[in-house]
Amino acid sequence: MNAVPLFLTVFVACAVEAVEALTIVLAAGLTRGWRPALQGLGAALAVLAVITAVLGPALSLLPLSALRLVVGALLAAFGLQWLRKAILRYSGYKDLHDETGIYARETAAAQAAAAGGRGWVTDWYGFTLSFKGVLLEGLEVVFIAITFGSSQRDVGTAALAAVAAAVVVAVAGLAVRAPLARVPENTLKFAVGVMLTSFGIFWGTEGAGASWPGNDAALLVVVPAVAAAAGLAAIMLRRLRRASTAPASPAQTAPAGEAAR
Amino acid sequence: MKARLRAIGAFWYDFVIGDDWRGAAVVAAALAVTAILAHGAGVNAWWLTPVAVLAALAWSLRRAVRAQRRNGG
Repeated sequence: MNAVPLFLTVFVACAVEAVEALTIVLAAGLTRGWRPALQGLGAALAVLAVITAVLGPALSLLPLSALRLVVGALLAAFGLQWLRKAILRYSGYKDLHDETGIYARETAAAQAAAAGGRGWVTDWYGFTLSFKGVLLEGLEVVFIAITFGSSQRDVGTAALAAVAAAVVVAVAGLAVRAPLARVPENTLKFAVGVMLTSFGIFWGTEGAGASWPGNDAALLVVVPAVAAAAGLAAIMLRRLRRASTAPASPAQTAPAGEAAR
Repeated sequence: MKARLRAIGAFWYDFVIGDDWRGAAVVAAALAVTAILAHGAGVNAWWLTPVAVLAALAWSLRRAVRAQRRNGG
């Protein structure tokens, strides 16, 4: 695999997580003030940088086959979660991720919370809200960037893609000063789920000692196959959902005599 | 201390395994069998994990839909 698919996969995955983090930082900044929100953002980024600095080189020391087995298993399990949620959301069996709703809830909670700071933090609630949001979403970014980067022995490209995604989303957020609710988040999550699952399958199988027919070219079959199977499942479940929630036709519900009239 | 360790464990469980542990279990089992076949029997079972993962996805979706129906959704 060359650097372009690696960059694009990590970029899209990280952009989705960055959109979710941005919603929380905006809620903290606009209701509790920008200073504690930015302090929380900075502290979370510092913790994430330390985790990346420790885990990245440590993973690179592992033998490639062992690394790919572990990373493949983690990515396949992680990707299955993303695919499952995206398919259930598309088909209506799970509510769509609503950035506007999350923003409204976080804003209301932030406005109701008591003020008060500790040490150099002027407002503890705003700081904690921003810190937790960025750290939790950022851990997923770090996980994806490190696993993809180390398995390809190209952590630099993966880290660059992650930073680029965060910068693009931050600039877009500053420009609109509102949650990025129009981003097709579920479609992006579906695409990322397909990529995580496909690369998990590919690397896990290689790490387990099997070899793919065509080597790396097998990815050109694995990715479309996973996408097609997941897409088919999404379409089938959506039809099933619509059929089960559609109101019964008058002919089915009316008494026999009325239906005949 | 125990509560904090439990919280960290719960976070990582939710992070990697999520709502349905069966998917992760199928992935682990498929890779283990692939490794046993490759190193123990000399069989190149590259097809096993993709089939198992897609089957796990179908199984997980079926369980989610059934659970939703049972709850009246």
